[in-house]
Amino acid sequence: MKRLPVYIILVLISIVMLYPLLWLFGASFKTNDEIFGSMGFLPKSFNLTPYIKGWETVTPYTMGHYFINTFRIVLPKTVFATISSVLVAYGFARFDFPFKRVAFLLLMGTMLLPPIVTIMPTYLMWSRVAPELLDTYIPLTLPSLFACEGMFVFMLIQFFRTVPKEFDEAARIDGCSTLKTLVFVLVPCIRPAIISIAVFTFLWTMNDFLDPLIFIQQVKDYPLSLALRLSIDSTGQGYEQNKIIAMSVIGLLPSIAVFALAQRKFAGSITVGGLTG
Amino acid sequence: MKRNYRNPVGIGKYTGLLLTAPFIIGFSVFTLCPFIISFVLGLTETGLGGQTEFVGFDNYRELFSGGEFVNSALVTLRYAAVLVPLKLIVSLLTAVLLSLEIKGIGFFRTAFYIPSILGANLSVVIMWQYLFTSGGLVNRMLGILGISPISWYGEPSGALAVIVLLRLWEFGSTMIIFLNALKDIPPDLYNAAKVDGCGGISAFFRITLPLLRSTIFINLILALIAAIQEFNAPYILTNGGPMKSTYTLGLFIYDEMFVYGNVGLANAASWLMFAALAVLIAVMYAVSGRTGGERK
Repeated sequence: MKRLPVYIILVLISIVMLYPLLWLFGASFKTNDEIFGSMGFLPKSFNLTPYIKGWETVTPYTMGHYFINTFRIVLPKTVFATISSVLVAYGFARFDFPFKRVAFLLLMGTMLLPPIVTIMPTYLMWSRVAPELLDTYIPLTLPSLFACEGMFVFMLIQFFRTVPKEFDEAARIDGCSTLKTLVFVLVPCIRPAIISIAVFTFLWTMNDFLDPLIFIQQVKDYPLSLALRLSIDSTGQGYEQNKIIAMSVIGLLPSIAVFALAQRKFAGSITVGGLTG
Repeated sequence: MKRNYRNPVGIGKYTGLLLTAPFIIGFSVFTLCPFIISFVLGLTETGLGGQTEFVGFDNYRELFSGGEFVNSALVTLRYAAVLVPLKLIVSLLTAVLLSLEIKGIGFFRTAFYIPSILGANLSVVIMWQYLFTSGGLVNRMLGILGISPISWYGEPSGALAVIVLLRLWEFGSTMIIFLNALKDIPPDLYNAAKVDGCGGISAFFRITLPLLRSTIFINLILALIAAIQEFNAPYILTNGGPMKSTYTLGLFIYDEMFVYGNVGLANAASWLMFAALAVLIAVMYAVSGRTGGERK
């Protein structure tokens, strides 16, 4: 029975971790009085009006529109970041080249550089070089073609190193080119790591607020996060709070779904999650 | 192809360059360039007519003479000084609990991790706002314990606490890194310690902590960088208030740049922030090296 105190502590922490989310879900069906008048998460009745009204948003566009916008940013970014990170990590892990040490130090350095230092000059660069592109999602998605997330590359390098070099050599002897070796031999070996990179790029981009806030000007181009922000701004206190809560719940669904789907697959290489905070 | 065959692995000079070219190009364009531009802009001032003038280090002088920036820097430091140690301690202790191989532990690992996955999602920040309103869930729970309701957003320390608690709630990502490092500690060490009469708490201090030194360092730096940059939570939850008590550097830089249009000042401030972080990390690195962090 030595385990009992451990279980009590674990259960208590779980409540703190999960109850707020559960409460949010329940509150999306409640009236204002109920939201601020009780601690339970179960609503008196499951009324779907907040969801219907929330879906309409306070703008001329529905949540569906903002979902599509979000995915138009998230999906290219996920694909770009995953492919470019794998290629660059492959280069670092398996080849020697001039100035490799310097390049590797720079890669580590990007992990320490706060994005807020570079985000504004980046914005100014775009507005100077290609102002017409500021109306598109290109400034948001293009950088991910260049393996800009040092943490991902670093993590992949570690995983490449766990694969014996004999694998590469055998593939070469069988006539595989450099790229074929990567695609057919190495990628299958480190699939869990690649999946986690895709998952985290998805989640981070989904959650990203500062980049869209700076780069996206027009309401019709807003992703979910900015649309949500707009709704809390234009909804006064004491006014249909359940609608905003319903929108928040809807906004969480893609992240929860992707996490649930991927959880088992990348459980072994979850370390990269260290940067979600 | 032929060359690859002759030099099986690791010698293809141009292959390596070609493969890493995206990073090198991307780094130059999207990191190095903005970084340099930021420094140069920090030395300029945009006049009323839109013309840019070179003003040397005037912006830096202005930052330090005006109360706003100094206040923001202090707010950010105070926030980081409270949050980072708390987050590391909570993460480490829960990671130790979660490393026990007991029934149902998988559920707890997932449960503790979920808040950090949702992390910066705006929905979570909105949820937090509701939890801490005057009639919100948190005050009601305090009521049960006999504590009178706290006006979280009305008092400087309360507002800062709300933000600290939000980020503390998302400790899962730090915890996972500890958890993975704990798995790498050979169980033999603990068994041997037990034989020598050293178990439980003293094993934690004599075996776990020393072996986790480099992991603690990595987590410390990651948590510090995240804390120093804090933007979303104060932007949404408190808008920097009350009385600028949660007006972090992130908010200051954003406002100077996009609200007041002081491009030079904003860039000087973000450069100062980077320099301060770099110095801080270098000092911590030196200190952790001296106290014997030989284990990688």
